[in-house]
Amino acid sequence: MKELLRKLTETYGPSGSEEQIRAVISAELDGLVDSYSVDALGNLIAFKRGTGSGKKVMLAAHMDEIGIIVTHVDKKGFLRFLPVGGIDPLTLLGGRVAFANGLSGVIGVEKLESRKEAPGIDKFYLDVGATSKEDCPVRVGDTAVFTRPLAEVGSRLIAKAMDDRAGCVVLLEVLRQLNDSPHDVYAVFTVQEEIGLRGAQTSAFGIAPELALAVDVTTTGDTPEARVMAVSLGEGPAIKVKDSGMLAHAGVKDLLIRTAEREGIPYQLEVLGGGTTDAMAMQVTRSGIPTGVVSIPCRYVHTNSEVVERTDVENAVRLLVAVLGGPIAL
Amino acid sequence: MLLGELSEAFGVSGQEQEVRDLLYHAVKDLADEISVDTIGNLIACRKARQSAPHGEPLRVMVAAHMDEVGFMVTGIDNGGMLRFAPVGGIDARVVLDKQVVVGRERMPGVIGSKPIHLQDRDEPGAPVKFENLAIDVGAGSKDDLEGRVSVGDVVAFKMRFCVLDTNPSGLRAVMGKALDDRAGCALLVELLKTDYAFDLYAVFTVQEEVGLRGARVAAFAIKPDVAFVLETTICDDLPKKVDTTNVTRVGDGPAITIRDRTVVADQRLVRLLVDTAEQEGIAYQFKSPETGGTDAGAIHLVQDGVPSAVVSTPCRNLHSMANLMSLADYDETLRLIRATLLRLGPEDLRR
Repeated sequence: MKELLRKLTETYGPSGSEEQIRAVISAELDGLVDSYSVDALGNLIAFKRGTGSGKKVMLAAHMDEIGIIVTHVDKKGFLRFLPVGGIDPLTLLGGRVAFANGLSGVIGVEKLESRKEAPGIDKFYLDVGATSKEDCPVRVGDTAVFTRPLAEVGSRLIAKAMDDRAGCVVLLEVLRQLNDSPHDVYAVFTVQEEIGLRGAQTSAFGIAPELALAVDVTTTGDTPEARVMAVSLGEGPAIKVKDSGMLAHAGVKDLLIRTAEREGIPYQLEVLGGGTTDAMAMQVTRSGIPTGVVSIPCRYVHTNSEVVERTDVENAVRLLVAVLGGPIAL
Repeated sequence: MLLGELSEAFGVSGQEQEVRDLLYHAVKDLADEISVDTIGNLIACRKARQSAPHGEPLRVMVAAHMDEVGFMVTGIDNGGMLRFAPVGGIDARVVLDKQVVVGRERMPGVIGSKPIHLQDRDEPGAPVKFENLAIDVGAGSKDDLEGRVSVGDVVAFKMRFCVLDTNPSGLRAVMGKALDDRAGCALLVELLKTDYAFDLYAVFTVQEEVGLRGARVAAFAIKPDVAFVLETTICDDLPKKVDTTNVTRVGDGPAITIRDRTVVADQRLVRLLVDTAEQEGIAYQFKSPETGGTDAGAIHLVQDGVPSAVVSTPCRNLHSMANLMSLADYDETLRLIRATLLRLGPEDLRR
């Protein structure tokens, strides 16, 4: 699982330009599912037929990661950029990024008049080693992502884009381990979650499932002076109660809790103050879909060193396999 | 010139009737089916007249919005001055001293400002707020306006469309209000004069400026296979101190959107637009990303998703009274979108 996570987190795939990560995930699907396809927006939809007595279930994990997009090439070949997805400018200082073709860039910042305030995004620029507009190999509109190799410290895994390649790994493992499920499972590797849950909205409309579950990371409250949050690394997958975009369907939430208790799978309950997932979009599609979320606790979300606990990822898989392995009554 | 008539027509978001009537007459003989939907979009369908090589013809939606930014009367004070709020995004500073027309009667008026003689020393720099402004229609009192102006009436900038530069090899600059997006509407009328190998749904949308509302419902009903939006776009190309983006530049040709705040343009369609431009020798530019939004933002998310792209004519002073654009750019925008549509086929949507 570590190697799969390494492969996925180290692949380029910012919101709106997910071709490379889609190709990597597609290659993993062969042999796991009955079919897969790519829809109008680029969502990768994998279908695993059930025995027929169950529900139509959609699982969603987003393939896209946050990044930056070039808005201007200046006369000296330096680049100005804007974020793709939610990026705190503080996380950019000294950062290194890579473009689709592997070209590296270093993030620089203008001289700061006051060290008291965090610089705005307009004070940053990217240096790719060009000396003029004409010899700059990067063009307006090109996107880049953070670059960091995956690292392992004990049972902790550290990488950029754990959000939400960890969720994608969970979906792949669920597909691998699920056998003789009564349910028709649509595992959707969605696009453009970070810029507005766009892929989830259209794929959920197209599939029209009877039950939807998002698998995404969530923040923790277990670091120094952290915002109050009851989720910690290593205490199991978090079953979402509420976040800033949705209230989990009570029946789905209870199903997840019941299943975890029955199977002896550690779990936590999650109330997230700031942030949401694909579930928000899926829940209000068409005439509404009962929707819940299984979250992977993650420290330092939306930085280039996101940390998850291996057992939390494995237990998230166990929980979903257990839920989908038998009949579902909401 | 249709563009001039459209520019001068009154059509603030939610009250697009005058523009819609003009466009209805312009397209009724070009369309096989024409209708107005519940929210007010004008939908003109021109069926495929060239045979599609494989199976059913594609359904292609091309949209341009009829509405312009403007204002709405929120109160009438005893002296007959009209309090107002913006409809759509308008910087309050650009409205001072502008001539406007109010309501059903198209009453002329002006948005007053304090003469410089009466301003405190530090007033000239103070932020301008809509709540401190009023429209003066020359009424003596509130009673004078009884039955003629009401709260809820819409107000538009007033400006004659004019051609600034007639030199045929120059920019051929024109100036007028509401070129955003009457220029797109005029282009869409032109597109209806060509035969295509697909069913063209030309949609003149309403309420784009207040939330892309018309486009959303029209796209849901039409369920197109692909959509293009024709717009005018932000142009910040006057000299400035810092070397930052112009977004687009007048004179550099049609601007192709890569992504804006509301949509990531479908990469296959962007490639088709670029390939077409290069093969037809059309100069083009890319709009700097993550700025602005268009009807494509709503269209691409309807149903199970619609691959969408945006092509725009660069235009200075958007969302203020005197928009300025180049007819040379405008003509090239038409050339680009028409040539692209003539090449468009199902194979362009393959991955």
